[in-house]
Amino acid sequence: MRGLVPFVSYRLFRALIALWLVSTVVFVVMRLSGDPVPLLLPPDAPPSEMERVRRDLGLDRALPVQYAVFLGNLLRGDFGRSIHFREPAARVVMGYLPATFELALAAFGLAVIIAIPVGLISAMYRNSVVDHTVMGLALVGQSAPTFFLGILFILLLSLQAGLFPTSGRGDWTNLVLPALTLGAFAMASIARLTRSAVLEVMRADYIRTARAKGLGEAIIVAKHTLKNAAIPIVTITGLQFGTLLGGAVVTETVFSWPGIGRLAVQSIYNRDYPVVQCAVFLSAVAFIVINFAIDLIYGALDPRIRAG
Amino acid sequence: MVPSTPASARADAAPAALPRVARRRRRLRVPLLTAIGLVFVLLLGLVALTAPWIAPQDPTRQSLRGRLAAPTLEGADGRAHLFGTDHLGRDVLSRVMWGSRVSLSVGFAAVLVGGIMGSTLGILAGFRGGWADSIIMTIADAQLAFPFILLAIGIIAVLGPSFPTLIVVIGLSGWVAYARVLRSQVLTLRSREFVDAIRALGGSFPRIILQHILPNVLSTLVVIATLELARAIVLEATLSFLGLGIQPPTPSWGGMVQEGREYLDSAWWISTVPGLVLMATSIIVSRAGDWLRDVLDPTLRGE
Repeated sequence: MRGLVPFVSYRLFRALIALWLVSTVVFVVMRLSGDPVPLLLPPDAPPSEMERVRRDLGLDRALPVQYAVFLGNLLRGDFGRSIHFREPAARVVMGYLPATFELALAAFGLAVIIAIPVGLISAMYRNSVVDHTVMGLALVGQSAPTFFLGILFILLLSLQAGLFPTSGRGDWTNLVLPALTLGAFAMASIARLTRSAVLEVMRADYIRTARAKGLGEAIIVAKHTLKNAAIPIVTITGLQFGTLLGGAVVTETVFSWPGIGRLAVQSIYNRDYPVVQCAVFLSAVAFIVINFAIDLIYGALDPRIRAG
Repeated sequence: MVPSTPASARADAAPAALPRVARRRRRLRVPLLTAIGLVFVLLLGLVALTAPWIAPQDPTRQSLRGRLAAPTLEGADGRAHLFGTDHLGRDVLSRVMWGSRVSLSVGFAAVLVGGIMGSTLGILAGFRGGWADSIIMTIADAQLAFPFILLAIGIIAVLGPSFPTLIVVIGLSGWVAYARVLRSQVLTLRSREFVDAIRALGGSFPRIILQHILPNVLSTLVVIATLELARAIVLEATLSFLGLGIQPPTPSWGGMVQEGREYLDSAWWISTVPGLVLMATSIIVSRAGDWLRDVLDPTLRGE
């Protein structure tokens, strides 16, 4: 296990730097947004009242001091109060988190369950009609705009075929279309990578050896190919889970899914900056934590990574 | 393989063609799908340039009597609406044509912004090394470690949506791709003899960059820019769809898809036509990028 400690601490250091940069950007953006005080008070509030609120919020202090206070508040999970909901922004965002988590998990599960077998079949029947069709679809899935994919699903599978509800959150039928939409990009990427990883392994000498000693194709695939193709597949799969969070903003808006992505967009319309900041920051934390975890899993799977 | 040889190439292929020339031909042979794609992109550019003259109608002209008309050759207002009309009676075809101006101009401008910024920083990081390299690459990593659309939404929410904001934000979202690739290319170029020779002869830093490094990385730049163009166009449409991009009544594809959402079951064409054009553009431009990459710079495959 030599090399694990430097590996983990280097990754941890990078994750912390990324978090710090994100929070600094959030601070700068918040400063750019101008004076929040008029938004908090009725329009006819006297100047003395404005002064008092400004002092209460610490806005009369020097910028570096404000920055330090801001970072301190972040560490304690204090994002200020929501202007629209009139409760702490962090509590508002937390209330919307389960829906996003449910959607991301469903999208991810769907992507993995469909993409890995499909990629495997594509590789085994290379250059067949099935392979070409699947890879063509994967290309479409990778470059189609998420929001329009959602609209197409609603139009074809919901309005025309009547298979699924168009929007909202409820039982599993509500989950299918948003999960497909959100998972499409990940699905396409994982399928393409599985195909190329399996093809790569199939060329290896030990596969030829396995064939030469008369092993059946099923055993070769199950015991030799998949196991060795697993590392790149796990990596891209993990990376894709991270990108789902960004896609959630669009998908949730299209399907009126009550998650933090839609909350963030609506809070922008409501000029509810504390909620926007909290949602952006929490997404960043989730994203960075997931990537950090993937790095660790990857390092554990493949000793060569730790050495590098 | 022979049947796909373009007629022109076959005509001038002398019987005594050198093997090297033949090999070059084969490598540059444009696949049919890519050829179709290139024609599509050219047409799109042409439409964008000439929209004010060739669009059948004014894209913002409303007609209450001709609302939500299905694709028709003679609508209630006596005009042809090949792709129907929207909820305000505006001609969808004309709006899609005008929308291509937004998509392409924002797309190209954003690629330019991201490209200049990314290549400057990438070349700087690769050539100077040291702390400049560390800082630039740490920021690049941090940006990659974050779903940019959230940041874009935050920035646009604060600054307000406008053409310049949109271009800068989308440009910013793309600089990392150039910086990373150019840095690694410059790192390998830096230690080559010809750079040492120029240095020994007293060539200045800008001179080495502009005259000797840049021409060497130009094909790489073209490849990344093409792939980035597809991404920028989709990002602009996504932001416009969310109401944070181009504001109505200016027609943009993303905005049109958004406007048609409520009429999906009664007037599917409002959303579907601009959406399909956007999807086709995105797929074709990114395929063209893949093809360019394979032809110009196979080493980029892993990126």
